[in-house]
Amino acid sequence: MNEQIFGIHGAALELRSKRMGVLASNIANAATPGFKARDIDFNAALDARLSSNMGGGPHPAEPEMLFRRPTMPSLDGNTVELGREQVAFAENALAYSATLSFVQGKVNTITRALKGE
Amino acid sequence: MSDRSPMTLFSMTQRAMSAQMVRMNAATSNLANAGSVSSSEADAYRPIRAVFATELDRASGLSGVRSDGLVQSQSAPTKRYDPDHPLADETGHIWEAAVDESAEMVEIMESARQYQNMVQALQTAKQLMLETLRSNS
Repeated sequence: MNEQIFGIHGAALELRSKRMGVLASNIANAATPGFKARDIDFNAALDARLSSNMGGGPHPAEPEMLFRRPTMPSLDGNTVELGREQVAFAENALAYSATLSFVQGKVNTITRALKGE
Repeated sequence: MSDRSPMTLFSMTQRAMSAQMVRMNAATSNLANAGSVSSSEADAYRPIRAVFATELDRASGLSGVRSDGLVQSQSAPTKRYDPDHPLADETGHIWEAAVDESAEMVEIMESARQYQNMVQALQTAKQLMLETLRSNS
């Protein structure tokens, strides 16, 4: 049902929100020794979620977490590069906004159809 | 973790900000004690540093920060010969705290930058959450 109305946008919104948490964790741990920055491969996670929805299988598992490969390894084993995380966070926030406006558009369309305006 | 409720973006940011505050307070204490003098090596002030540790919340997949305590620097206090100093020992030596002022300033600047980053990220996330909440009007 959900899938029919919102298309890929429902799953995309959820994944975007999840990725926002992961990126915020990276920013929070920018000074923790030995912390390994993580990220979600958004395209792969969305594909996995959609194919499991199509197959009607059980609820999809958590998106796979990948470790970021640092441009330059640091002495304390921390792999967070603040600039990169900030850019990724901004990009993710923008994409979240875009997905949200798609969902809102869908909701508006259906509401108008229901009201028969 | 003090409370067992799952970590949210807000509680995670709050923990990270508290950790940065501990770090900044430690650096400020070091700066305040720069140049403090004592009459024996054992009594001399030694710079302190906050140690951070990750705390992973498996339920939400978020990882926050916690300050895992403070460690004292092993750098030895500077021994100086100053027999006129009121705190000088019987051989006329005093011990000065080994505080590197520039290193502490850099530490404070870095901490402030990371604090700002956290605030910025929280603001963006909060705005998006509000937009999502208000979308059913």
